[in-house]
Amino acid sequence: MPYTALDYWNLVLLLILVATALAMYFIKDLLHAVIVFGAYSVTMALVWLQMNSPDLAITEAAAGIGMTVLMMAVIFRTTRREE
Amino acid sequence: MRDFILKRAAALILPFIFVYGIYVILHGAVSPGGSFAGGIIVGLSFVAFATIYGIEKGKAKLPEQVLVWTESYGTLWYGLMGMVGLGRGVPFLANKLAGVDLGTPGTLASGGLIPLIGLGVGIRVASTIVTLFFTMMEEES
Amino acid sequence: MRFRNLCFLALALLVAYVAIMTVAELPPYGRPDNPVHNQVAERYIDGALTETGALNMVTAIVLDYRAYDTMFETIVLFTATLAVVITLKTGKGGGREQ
Repeated sequence: MPYTALDYWNLVLLLILVATALAMYFIKDLLHAVIVFGAYSVTMALVWLQMNSPDLAITEAAAGIGMTVLMMAVIFRTTRREE
Repeated sequence: MRDFILKRAAALILPFIFVYGIYVILHGAVSPGGSFAGGIIVGLSFVAFATIYGIEKGKAKLPEQVLVWTESYGTLWYGLMGMVGLGRGVPFLANKLAGVDLGTPGTLASGGLIPLIGLGVGIRVASTIVTLFFTMMEEES
Repeated sequence: MRFRNLCFLALALLVAYVAIMTVAELPPYGRPDNPVHNQVAERYIDGALTETGALNMVTAIVLDYRAYDTMFETIVLFTATLAVVITLKTGKGGGREQ
């Protein structure tokens, strides 16, 4: 089966997913790691959209980018930011 | 976070985010989205307001009594919608079996009980997020 | 601890090999004759519009066919909020004064 342009676009998205996941592990500042998690969620929402499931894309965008990042940012007001 | 530009930009954007969340909740039966995602968006608009303008103004906008009320009665509303089926002599949470008018597919009021249940779930999720946020912000002090 | 690290590396490579071979056995993505497309999915695709009246099939499944699931999901949300409020609420400010 020949590869189409969509396959290469998916490959780029999945590579960004792996890169952001690894970056979250290696970044020492936890607030920066949470912001990178926001980038991960954006990419994941695009992947869901590629898989023809806009429901999950909307939920991922709202929960992953908005809720998780804001909640973590609130938590860092009380606890240490460094690992 | 008491920036002038941030406040003015938020005042421009946040109403539209709120209305978009309501839109996603109400159009759950028609377009992609649904009550969970819409509830999160509605809750996030309040959370962003409280983050930018300060927790006191956020609490003035959404008092604790309202939060407690929606928190408690959202789930009960779901159960009441299920009781419609029991009242008609069919299983719990039945929709078409209970004889509810399904409406024209594609319009806002289609789907029988689905938009009503979705409204309850959306309010429920929004109040959950706002309650969690306010509790965490309070605990900091 | 050189030897221990080598053992761990070998174990990790073994687990990765097993995982990759398992993924390679999976059917290709999006084919209509995959095992996941069984009679349950067919029933939903055929009957969702006439049985629930909702265009969005995901909402039809979540709020009609699987309404019990969603109901207990909201109860889980309620319990989680209750636990957080009980644990973190300081008591000063807010709430009715007794």
